[in-house]
Amino acid sequence: MFSSRKYSLLLCAGVMVAAGTIAPAAEPGYYGYGDKATPAQIAGWDIDVRGDDGAGLPPGKGTVHRGSEVYAEQCAVCHGTFGEGESRFPKLVGGQGTLGDDRPELTVGSYWPFAPTLWDYINRAMPMAAPHTLSADDVYALTAYILNLNDIVPNEFVADRDSLPKVKMPNRDSFIWTDPRPDTMARPCMSACADPADIKITSTAEGKDLTPRTTGPLDTMQPK
Amino acid sequence: MRPDLWRSMPVVSKLAGTRNPLARRSFLRLGAALTGSLALGARPGNAETPQASPPSDAPWSQSIGAGVVDRPYGRPADAEAGVIRRNVPWLTAGTESSVSFSPLQDLHGIITPNGLFFERHHAGRPNVDPDRHRLMIHGLVERPLVLTMKDIVRFPSVSRIHFIECPANGGMEWRAAQMNSLQFNHGMISCAEWTGVRLSTLLEEVGVKKEAQWGMVEGADGAHMNRSLPLNKCLDDCLVVYAQNGEALRPEQGYPLRLLVPGWEGNVSIKWLRRIKLGDRPWYSREETSKYTDLMPDGTSRGFTWLIDAKSVITFPCPEKPLDRPGLYEIRGLAWSGNGKVRRVDVSADGGVNWQSARLHEPVLSKALTRFTLPWRWDGQPALLESRAIDETGYVQPTITQLRASRGSNSVYHNNSIQTWQVKPDGSVFHVQLS
Repeated sequence: MFSSRKYSLLLCAGVMVAAGTIAPAAEPGYYGYGDKATPAQIAGWDIDVRGDDGAGLPPGKGTVHRGSEVYAEQCAVCHGTFGEGESRFPKLVGGQGTLGDDRPELTVGSYWPFAPTLWDYINRAMPMAAPHTLSADDVYALTAYILNLNDIVPNEFVADRDSLPKVKMPNRDSFIWTDPRPDTMARPCMSACADPADIKITSTAEGKDLTPRTTGPLDTMQPK
Repeated sequence: MRPDLWRSMPVVSKLAGTRNPLARRSFLRLGAALTGSLALGARPGNAETPQASPPSDAPWSQSIGAGVVDRPYGRPADAEAGVIRRNVPWLTAGTESSVSFSPLQDLHGIITPNGLFFERHHAGRPNVDPDRHRLMIHGLVERPLVLTMKDIVRFPSVSRIHFIECPANGGMEWRAAQMNSLQFNHGMISCAEWTGVRLSTLLEEVGVKKEAQWGMVEGADGAHMNRSLPLNKCLDDCLVVYAQNGEALRPEQGYPLRLLVPGWEGNVSIKWLRRIKLGDRPWYSREETSKYTDLMPDGTSRGFTWLIDAKSVITFPCPEKPLDRPGLYEIRGLAWSGNGKVRRVDVSADGGVNWQSARLHEPVLSKALTRFTLPWRWDGQPALLESRAIDETGYVQPTITQLRASRGSNSVYHNNSIQTWQVKPDGSVFHVQLS
């Protein structure tokens, strides 16, 4: 299975090279549509921060203390006063050491591999009702506060473009970034593939009161 | 024009004179009865319902119908009002960062109607003004560009049929059978004909610098949703699309512009696409570190698991569409693979002991839904129906037991296991998992 995947990747590369020789790629600007992006336009939208080294982090800084103030105002209503999560909104704190457990708890502290990613996400997507409205300083402060809630940085930590990339997240080294699939060895047996006596129903959805109705108006079933 | 203005036309009003008002009222009652019976599962045969089957002539055969442009856009028949996307209210904190499921049990082809295409939003559905929407392409490129929608539509266009599947489709079933429903177990897949411009065309136009290895794609929604993609995938088969099944994208699918990454998990097909930046390394955004990564039993995680492996499901019968009585049926289903075409689908009625290959229906397209059918005479005995897809790479769809053996039950995403439907002697159908 591995070899067939590799083969198809090679084949893909081959086809691309071949296409390149038959129909050479158009020169840049061949169509001439659109306008050149100005430095000011790029600066306004170029918000991404790279997770593993913090490339793209802007000037500014924030303390844990300032972060606690911004958090109380902007975040606590959904994420809970101490990051415990209200309703079904994400919990931000806890769970360290549980990733191999039967019921792991995935939070910023237990799961996220890179601290600059936290800055990037708060900056681009939070607070949910008014995303990308916080100042860089406030985003730094919130990042510092959430890391501090997780005991990853001390109370006196100041988050900025130099300090954040140096924070080592507890789960940093637990990711593999290449896909090991296919990781199952199913074979297409056609007959007498198992002993019928071994076929047992191990679980059924029957009788579990989890499924919303699939006819009539939308179901409004409440959280279990 | 008022809808009933035509009645004042001399000929029509004369025609409508005596018979039509009564027929019209009857028709309305019938409509209500039909809708009610479908919605509430009540038995038909209301005493007031006029006879419509032979030998009687139906009321709609003895009246004049609504004229053209009565519904200028058009909509499904009233009796189909229950065929809608549905959500699981208890699953998420709100509906803005949530998902809805396509009603696969009521669909009949490989194309998902635009109003029924499943939804996954990370910050709700934005209302984007197409005149003010812009796509910026920059980073490691020779000539960074800002494109309007008019600019984008002017580029050479292509149309392709591809599915999009959320990798969390079936994610609630890793530990045990939970949702007794085709819609809620498999409805985070849909398939459409997409029209737009090849991403490679746009990247050639800006000129890719030789150091570039990755692209970062970003949406204009409140989440500024972003993902990293290897440049070779961007240049291979990705599309920047503005149309879906022949009309402009629906807002729920990214109007006016989205990325389409064929065969890969749906969240990389960024909706409301506003920016593409090329770089030399991936970005490790929140959506590719804290989410859309797969936690293994030993506590390690897999990232960048983009591929949708081969998968299939029987869409009839299913919990929503049980069997009436013993007799001959056509088992129907859908199969797909992110790795190319579906080569074969096998069907078992005994929980995987014996299999028979189903008929694949044309068109069998790469990275698209493929229909399969198999005639089946149900003898009224208990049955365990399963389907198993094999794609053109030779990959065989696994059982949930095989997946658990490899990945445990906490990896949330990429559950492409064989679905088992338990058929009971009364014809009812339940979602079960087998040993």
